[in-house]
Amino acid sequence: MTTPAESPQPSHKRYFFEKFGITERLLERCLGEALSAGGDYADLYFESVTATSLGVDEQIVKSASQGTSAGCGIRVLSGERTGYAYTDNLSPERLLHAARTAALIASGPAKQPVQGFMETPGADLYPVPLGGFDLDLAARLELILRADRAARAFDPRIVQVRAGYSEELRRILIAASDGAFASDTQPLCRLNVFVIAKEDALSTKGSAGGGGRAGLEQFTGSKSPESLAREAARGAILQLGAVPAPAGEMQVVLGPGWPGILLHEAVGHGLEADFNRKKTSAFSGLIGQPVASPKVTVVDNGTMAGRRGSLNVDDEGTATQETVLIEGGVLKGYLSDKLSARLMGMPNTGSGRRESYQSIPMPRMTNTYMLAGEDEPEDILRSVKRGLYAVNFGGGQVDITNGKFVFSASEAYLIEDGKITAPVRDATLIGNGPEALKYVSMVGYDLKLDEGIGTCGKDGQSVPVGVGMPTIKLDKMTVGGTGR
Amino acid sequence: MPEVTAAPELTALDLESLTADLVAQAMKAGASDAEAVAREGDEFSVTVRMGQVETLTESGSRALGLRVFLGKRSASSSTSDLTADGIRQLVAGAMALAKVTAEDSCAGLPEKDEFGVVESDLHLYYDDVYSLPGAERIEWARRAEAAALASDPRIANSDGGSFNAATGRKVLANSRGFAGGYRTSYAGVSVAPLAVDADGRMQRDGWWSSARCFAHLESPEAVGAEAARRALRRLGARRVPTQQAPIVFAPEVARSLIGSVFEAASGDSIWRSASFLAGRLGEQIGAAHLTIVDDNTMLLPTGAGGFGTSPFDGEGLPSRRTVVVENGILRNYLLNTYTARKLGLKSTHNASRGLAGTPGIGCGNLYLEPGSLNPDQIIAAIPAGFYVTSLMGFGTNIVTGDYSRGATGLWIEDGQLTHAVEEVTIAGNLAEMLRSVTAIGNDLVFRGAVASPTLRVDGMTIAGA
Repeated sequence: MTTPAESPQPSHKRYFFEKFGITERLLERCLGEALSAGGDYADLYFESVTATSLGVDEQIVKSASQGTSAGCGIRVLSGERTGYAYTDNLSPERLLHAARTAALIASGPAKQPVQGFMETPGADLYPVPLGGFDLDLAARLELILRADRAARAFDPRIVQVRAGYSEELRRILIAASDGAFASDTQPLCRLNVFVIAKEDALSTKGSAGGGGRAGLEQFTGSKSPESLAREAARGAILQLGAVPAPAGEMQVVLGPGWPGILLHEAVGHGLEADFNRKKTSAFSGLIGQPVASPKVTVVDNGTMAGRRGSLNVDDEGTATQETVLIEGGVLKGYLSDKLSARLMGMPNTGSGRRESYQSIPMPRMTNTYMLAGEDEPEDILRSVKRGLYAVNFGGGQVDITNGKFVFSASEAYLIEDGKITAPVRDATLIGNGPEALKYVSMVGYDLKLDEGIGTCGKDGQSVPVGVGMPTIKLDKMTVGGTGR
Repeated sequence: MPEVTAAPELTALDLESLTADLVAQAMKAGASDAEAVAREGDEFSVTVRMGQVETLTESGSRALGLRVFLGKRSASSSTSDLTADGIRQLVAGAMALAKVTAEDSCAGLPEKDEFGVVESDLHLYYDDVYSLPGAERIEWARRAEAAALASDPRIANSDGGSFNAATGRKVLANSRGFAGGYRTSYAGVSVAPLAVDADGRMQRDGWWSSARCFAHLESPEAVGAEAARRALRRLGARRVPTQQAPIVFAPEVARSLIGSVFEAASGDSIWRSASFLAGRLGEQIGAAHLTIVDDNTMLLPTGAGGFGTSPFDGEGLPSRRTVVVENGILRNYLLNTYTARKLGLKSTHNASRGLAGTPGIGCGNLYLEPGSLNPDQIIAAIPAGFYVTSLMGFGTNIVTGDYSRGATGLWIEDGQLTHAVEEVTIAGNLAEMLRSVTAIGNDLVFRGAVASPTLRVDGMTIAGA
């Protein structure tokens, strides 16, 4: 294990200063070089990641791997233009070379960056000892071995179990020509269980997972290895008896928690400022307009302690915040990074994120959820004569230009005369973002956040996110099954 | 504080020596076997939006990966730190992790007599991908977008045109004597225009050309015109009623079905019974005219190696051609060494290897053999049906075969393409869909590693209004 133990300290910058010989003087020289052709703004993003993953398969610890990577991405903005270069060699010569490469986006006389940096006051959202995980491998192995045993014990028809644990520690340091300076040490871990159930010739799958920016103690309660294993096994066994999903428009009730992926796809992406700045989003120009039922309020909140989508600072060094996207059904705001905020004359919401030092930051979601309403979840189900009750989903996708989005139900049931009846096979649900939430007629009081499994992809960049929702009823949505 | 890092910069990086040395160090540290990979790559990309440069990226990176065995135990590690210190930590990390894993009877490198490389020139690298001067590269991206914008007044906005170039090198070495490496090159031009109708409703589509050799790229003007045509034909899209109707998959979406067959036939899905094709080897699983081939040695008509061509697989076994499905009969599972041992079979040389982790299973050039009908003939035979040009979502369950995805395309009426369709799903079960392929087009073109001609599938359900 290569994670060095560190003494507690208020700043994480010392890591890069000590391990890679970075100095404030070098940061200033690189920024000076980056603006040598006259860019408006430049920033340096140093990143060092250590990752470990462990896997149990066929009841034995079958795989173990670790990886480290480090590098620096240098960005220069000139008007709407972005020049970008990165290097995985942090020597002064290579950093200066990358800065000169990124600088070429601009053409003009050199600009002088701000002398001296102002450190972004850091939140402390990750309940992990500073310096990261203690890397007690035995404790981590025990988690996945427990998950394996619990899944097998659930039902003799569970024939395959894989349990995996992964964690990473990402250290970042950001210095910008506007004087912004931030550093952070971001832990992230995750426990996953995948099972296969088999009965006669039919095989089915089930999966569950949980995690967040916290230590091993988070794997208790609904995130305990046993709970996750039972959840995965239950899903697979349920599918053995599932009937074809219905096809066509109907009333749909979404359960609390992870089904909040609806919000991520239906409205979240469409509200990222870059799409709206370019007027390529179906939500362009709709601020102040009704885009959902008055019962709907949606926020994006990067400041929730320990959650997978949370960050002390975004990848441009801006403190994260809670941003109201939709309030009482009315579109309130977009998610913005520095570039879009400047070009649109809007506030920066601290939403500039990137996959790694090799990627250009852009506006992204953090934890996106709908606030609780007042309806009793039981009443919501009882109100449906014929419809679908979907409680778990695989992934989703959206075309932000025409607003069409899909998300795929992996656990859903028919609702007949207000009662949950047969489980149905996998089906994709489809809708139109600016319209779908107008059909929300009931909102439960049972807001729940997901267990910490979401990864969002945009322009080839993946970042961890969270979603959440109470039980809601949509008066119409299209269900893509094969049945009647 | 000193301004110079402890590590001197590596110049003229010798990946062959680096991997050989890494294997030797792992063996010295007590490994019974070891395998090292090295990756090196550089990339250039430029995006032009509404005629102005939007982003310009230029960079390079490299990394090392190590897999060690302690008898039947194994673990892996990877790093971007190629200094002596970084490499020491790479070896120590993998060795420490291997000790916590359990013995797995199927673990281990391939046998010595299995290793090899395809000796003929596979034409994977062309040094012309960086031959364009910087200003000309920007010009290519600009031209592609300009062609789209100029083709019709309704093309009123754009997500930009782009030009990319990249070269890379992969080296693999192990303690059983295998050492090999190859370089690859890539160039691409693409554009994503937006069409806007009189009511302000927007549709976006895109098109691209990619090649290993710059000289093989289609012109930016051709790419831009095709992208515009695709965006324009989506205007006026509406939903259709829920019904069963023949589905015609255009080549760019049909290829995802072929990809699903590959995944379902890959050894890791098979030995776990996690596939609707598990246990079906030698059986009729598709229509009688359905033949699917994975050819990792293929050259394109231009003479360049295919996008999935390589001299050896992720474990150092020589690349080959494997018939997956022949006339509807499942002929081969796709296997790496581990899954072959699990199933009591031989590897089909389909190991894929990332930097860290155990080898997976990957396809080379995977395609469905073309039929004799042209796409117009396939459409002409359909009184009412759905011509699908793009798919959304992840609704493909390889275990059960259940298939349900968002779809966009054009409605077929009396054998003609009519209005655009959106916000509907198409659903079925892959096992039934493969048996219900009733027509295969003659239009097989490799725009990527996985390719299919136009396909007609009957019996699926469209869910809509």
